[in-house]
Parts: sequence; C-alpha cells; structure tokens
Amino acid sequence: MSGLPPFDIPTIWAFVIAFAVFAYVVLDGFDLGIGLLFQFFPERRDRDVMMNSVAPVWDGNETWLVLGGGGLFAAFPLAYAIIMPAIYAPVIAMLLGLVLRGVAFEFRWRTERGRGLWENAFIGGSFVATFSQGLALGALLQGVVVSGRAYGGGWWDWATPFTLLTGCAVTAGYALLGATWLVLKTTGDLQNHAYRVARPLVFATVGAIVLVSLATPFLEADYWRRWFEWPGVALTAPVPIAVAATAIVLLRSLESRHDWRPFVMTLSLFFLCFVGLGVSIFPNVVPSRVSIWAAAAPESSQIFVLVGASVLIPIILAYTAHAYWVFRGKIDPDAGYH
Amino acid sequence: MFDFTDPVLLARAQFAFTMAFHIVFPAFSIGLASYLAVLEGLWLATKREVYLDLFKYWLKIFAVAFAMGVVSGVTMSYQFGTNWSVFSDKAGPIVGPLMAYEVLSAFFLEAGFLGVMLFGMRKVGPALHYLATLLVALGTLFSAFWILSVNSWMQTPAGFAVNAAGQFVPTDWWAIVFSPSFPYRLVHMVLAAYLTTALVVGGVAAWHLLRARRDTLGFGMEGARVMFSMAMGMVLVTAPLQIAAGDMHGLNTLEHQPAKVMAMEGHFQSHPDGAPLLLFGLPDQEAATVRYKLEIPKLSSLILKHDLNAPLAGLDTIRRQDWPSVPIVFWSFRIMVGLGFLMLGLGAVSLVARLKRRLYEWRPLHLYALVMGPAGFIAVLAGWVTTEVGRQPFTVYGQLRTVESVSPLAAPAVGSSLAAFAVIYLLVFAAGAFYILRLMSEPPKHGESGPAADEPTRTAGIAPGPAQSPLTLTAGE
Repeated sequence: MSGLPPFDIPTIWAFVIAFAVFAYVVLDGFDLGIGLLFQFFPERRDRDVMMNSVAPVWDGNETWLVLGGGGLFAAFPLAYAIIMPAIYAPVIAMLLGLVLRGVAFEFRWRTERGRGLWENAFIGGSFVATFSQGLALGALLQGVVVSGRAYGGGWWDWATPFTLLTGCAVTAGYALLGATWLVLKTTGDLQNHAYRVARPLVFATVGAIVLVSLATPFLEADYWRRWFEWPGVALTAPVPIAVAATAIVLLRSLESRHDWRPFVMTLSLFFLCFVGLGVSIFPNVVPSRVSIWAAAAPESSQIFVLVGASVLIPIILAYTAHAYWVFRGKIDPDAGYH
Repeated sequence: MFDFTDPVLLARAQFAFTMAFHIVFPAFSIGLASYLAVLEGLWLATKREVYLDLFKYWLKIFAVAFAMGVVSGVTMSYQFGTNWSVFSDKAGPIVGPLMAYEVLSAFFLEAGFLGVMLFGMRKVGPALHYLATLLVALGTLFSAFWILSVNSWMQTPAGFAVNAAGQFVPTDWWAIVFSPSFPYRLVHMVLAAYLTTALVVGGVAAWHLLRARRDTLGFGMEGARVMFSMAMGMVLVTAPLQIAAGDMHGLNTLEHQPAKVMAMEGHFQSHPDGAPLLLFGLPDQEAATVRYKLEIPKLSSLILKHDLNAPLAGLDTIRRQDWPSVPIVFWSFRIMVGLGFLMLGLGAVSLVARLKRRLYEWRPLHLYALVMGPAGFIAVLAGWVTTEVGRQPFTVYGQLRTVESVSPLAAPAVGSSLAAFAVIYLLVFAAGAFYILRLMSEPPKHGESGPAADEPTRTAGIAPGPAQSPLTLTAGE
C-alpha cells in the first residue's frame, strides 16, 4: 500500500456502512448478550428485569442490521451479491434466531403456560444469532471463493476451525457486553450475580481476541502485509497494548464494583477489535477479494441514497441518544407490575 | 409436480413462503395505523370516550401485528442477497437505493414515533400524541411507497441503461421511482390495505354483536356498534373504489405486460373480433387450452377495450418461453376478483340494513361480515400471486430472467433453509395469530386499557415506556 486512498463517495459509503455495522454490533450485542446470559439467571423476577432492561431498545438496535445490509445492497451491490451466498447458512440461521428471540419479547408477556417455551426461544434464538454472526465474520476473514461476479464456493465453505473460533469469540464478547450492561442497569442480587458472571467472560473474550489475532495474519498474505508493513503497522502495533490495558482496567473496575466503567471498557474492547478488522479489510469490501471501488454502484445510485441518509441518520442518532438518556439509571424491578 | 432438486424452484418457493407471511402484516398495519389516527382524531374532536376505548383496543392488536411485520421484514431484506445474488448484482444499482429508502423511512418511523404512540399517551399530552399517531400512519404509507416503487420498477422497468458488466444503471431517477405501473399499483395496494383492515374490524365487531345477548344489546356493546358502523361504511366506500382502481391497473398491465393479462383471462388464442370473458375453466398450459370453460362472449373485449368487437391478442402471439404459469395466474386472479365482488356485496347489504335501521340487529349481515373478516388477507395474497407469477419468467420484466437471477447455491442448501423457515414461521406466526385472535375475542370495554397499563414494555421501538422509569439518578452513578 502506498499512501492513503482518495476520499471519494465510495469511501464515504464504506465508512457509513462500517459505522452501521459497529453500531449494530455493540447495540444488538448487549441485548443479544442478555439472551445468552438468561440461562444463568433462572429467577422469574430477575428475568423480567433483564428483559425490561433491553425491551424498549432492542427493536431499534436490530434495525442497524437492516440498515447495514440495505446500505451494502444499495452502495456496493456486487459485494452484497458475493457475500450473502458465501455465508448462506449462517445468515439464514441468524435471521431465524432473530425472529425467534424478537417475538419472544412480545409473546413472553402474553402467556403464562407458554412462558417457558418463549424463554427458551429467547435463549436459543439469541445464541444461534450470535454464533452465526461470529461464523459469518470468520468466513469473510478467511476469504471466500469468487468466480467472475459471483460467489464460487460451496455452501459449507464457511465451516472451518477458524470460523468456529470466531463464533466462540463473538459469543463471549456479546455475553460480556450483556453482563456489563446488567451491571450498569441493575441493583442488588442481580447486579452481584452480573459482576460474578462478567469476570470469567473477560478472560474468555480477551483469550478469544488473542487467538483470532494470532491466526488472522496466517489466513492471507494480504493480512500479513497490512499488519506488519507501513502504514498498517502504525495502527496495529499499539492495538495489543491498548487491548491489554483495557482488559486490566475492565477487570479492576469489576473488582471495585464500578457501575458504568465495565460496560464502557467492554465497548472499548469492541472498538479496538473493530479497528483491527478495519486495518485488515479496508479498502476492500469483500476481504482480500473485491475493493470498494470495484463493488461500488454507479455514482448516481450512491448519491441518491446518500442524500436521504445524511438527513435521516443524524435524526435517528439524535433520537436514539435521547431515548438512551431517558432510560438512564437503574431498572425498577417492580415497574410494570402495578 | 414440485421438483425438489431444482434450486431455482426452491428459491422461488422460499421467497414466496417468507413473503406471503410478511405481506399480510404490513397490509394490516398500514390500514390499522390510519384507522387508529381516525379514531384518535374523532376522540379529540368529539371527546366521546368510545373512540378512545376503540383506539386503545386496536392499539394492542397493532403492537403485535407490527412486531411480526418487523421480524419477518428483516428476513426479506437479506433474502435478495442470499437467494437472488445475481439479481442483486445486476439490479442493485436501482433496486438497492429504493430499498434503502424504504429501510430509512421505516427506521425513522420505528425509532421516532411508534414508541410514543404505543406508550406515550400520558407522557406527551394529547396533541403531541396525536401527531405521533399521524406520523406512524404516514410512515407506513412511506414504507409502502418505496417498496411498491421497487416492485413496480421490476414489473415495468424504466429510466435505466445497461452497463458493460450487465448491471442496470440509473439514467433518470424520476422515471425509476415513478415507473409506468407505480401509480396504479400504489393506489391498488393502499386501498387493499384499507379494505383488509375494514373487513377485519367489521368481522371482529360482528363477532361481538353476534355473541351479545339481546338483553345486553345496546349496553356494553357501544364499542362494537361504533366500529361495526365505521367498518361497514368504509367497505361501502372502498370496495367500489378498489374495483375501479383494479380495473385501471388491469388496463395499465394490458399496455405494459400483455402476457400477464392473457394469463389472467385464460386467452391462449387471439380473438380478432371480440374476446370472451372466461368465468371458470381449467387452463392446460401444455395443450395451450382452457378445459371445461364457462364463457360470456365478447365481454373481455368490452372490459379491456371498451368495445365488444375489439380484437385481443392471445398467448399465441408470445414466445412460449415467455409465458407465465397460466393456471396459477388465472385462478389467483379469479379468487381476488370474486372476493372483491363479495366485499362490494357486503357494503351494499350493510347500506340496506343501515337505511332500514337494522345495522346492529340484523344477524345475517353480522354473519356475512364475520365470514368476510379474513377475506382481505386472502384477496391481498391472491392479488400478489397474480401480479408476481404474472411477471414470470422474469424478475425484471422483459430484461432479466428468473433462472438467470438466482444465487449459485446447490439445491440442498436452499431446500434446508426452506424447511427451516417453514418450521420456525409456522410456530411463530401460529402463536402470533393466536395471541391476536385472543385479543380480538374480548369485546372493547369502557375504559379500555392501552398496551402499557398491565404489562411491561416490549416491542416498542426506541421510546419512553412506563416499565422503564429510572429509580433515581444517583443509582446510575
């Protein structure tokens, strides 16, 4: 790589989509994490509080996934056309998992007899959706077979030890997001339990980050170049140190029973990983295969949507920020049962 | 008959299956959102409690229907890529932006106003709350606008060129968004949504009127009476409008997609001097003939050309490889039209009952309305089958064939996902339908509770909900 790429409309779109994906990962990450942790909190009352802590926001959180996918389709249709068949099984599994857990929010309150069924749907759906997202990430990182303008591999290509590892990594990470979210939003026994659950999840998450980072440069010569040659190395060199520092602060904040710092530190961990992924991928959109310029829709298409997006996305962000501000503070365990 | 080893057929089956489940919820929520806006407006204008009771009653049902529309809609936005990747690559520069606008407007609606509408009555005051209700209704119409724009462009593509990579690229966005069939399709679909909702409301009202004993009639049934009257009035007005709009849409289709109309009419042969209208028959695609047909001479020419003796071309003027499936289109069209006339009949009968002041007492009318309760959904599905199967064998009509649009996936991949969708959707949507029917089985009561009063916040979009009241600010520190 020599110098920086030109800052043009495809680049703007790459950042818009990267932003949508990151927003999705951290936002739906913590509410999927709640689903992952549900089984460790068998008490009815705890589960009510846990679900209430994400009930008003999960729907909006999930819409970032649609925005990311829709943005990819609109701005980089070739990439959308190659990626989706390449990760067919994980995407379908993720969608079905999201359907199950999504309706569980609604149905769990509507039935006494069927409560157990929908709680299991919530747990199972959250796990399948999370693990599938990890598989999809790994499948893209390890490289997909492209022939002409289409995916050229089989429908099980995504299943490798590496993708299994990324699946576990994302699951650990989302569970940690969920646990630290609970620390932030709850009190009493529930919060104590969340502190206890969070600690081993820190080790699992950081361990998974280390393993994925060690494996990634060996997947493609391209990654090796990006990580260890200029200018990538300027970004990759400080990342391990930053990850270690963040993990230490995170562990200490859990020990000192800090309220919001564990969640913020977990978000920082995710951000660091995202930067690492960005260094590995950008300016490609199908990693190591297709660049954002090769995949870009005509400028007229990209501008047509960018006009609407640049008006609506800031409004959506402002409203989302406002909603989170309104819901700041602890969940009242008695709310909703008057 | 169904070839389980054909990946194209499996992909079509999967899209049709997931879409069929999805389409009924938007069709219902578009109409219901507008009905809620009318109810709240009437309450604000007249201060009659019954309108507020009805508003809260239908709001609870709206919440469940909307949630199911959301979860089934997420699936749709990814299926273009997973199963129709070649279509996505080629049509992406045009279809992608239109879909992105649909997502943005739906997102804006969900994030912004749905929560206020569902849970915010006491938080924001009546005027602002009414604004939220209006904006949700408007938002559902925006969503419909963009998604029907996509659909219409695929039916009657315009404003594009084809580049070296074989992609459709935009040359005129105005022509793309307002493609030739779009205005007709939008009107036809929005009227369908309104009619569907009116029939559901009427069916629910009729159920409660039928169940009410004579001695309780007029007491405690005010809600059922008011909504029955509103629904029947709506059917009376909308059903003829819809038939007129459908007729105009048909003439537009004749102009731009003649093969579809030939399949709808069952016209395998050309008729140089007046084409008959086939009422019934069994189309045989192989033999290119309709068996056991019952026909009215020259009526088809009268309807389509407004001239008894006008010549009408048949499928014999179209290359066989460009024919849609005639039996499917022929029958789905007849189901839709037949139901349309039954709806017209319901409106007429209700008018007679109203004029005789027997609207709330005449049980045959209530039975009629009850049976017609789900008719709108069936008509929407039948109409959707007519227009989409009628577009075959193309995805972008006349430009891109369905067999050339599909993802490079083996049959077992698509077969497995189709099976998984079938199992999960049947479980989830059966449960959803059950919960909605249970809400409907209770009559609207005086002092009806909204969605918020007796249960915690659930699918609410991002918005203030009562279950979320923060304990104290210091606790969050």
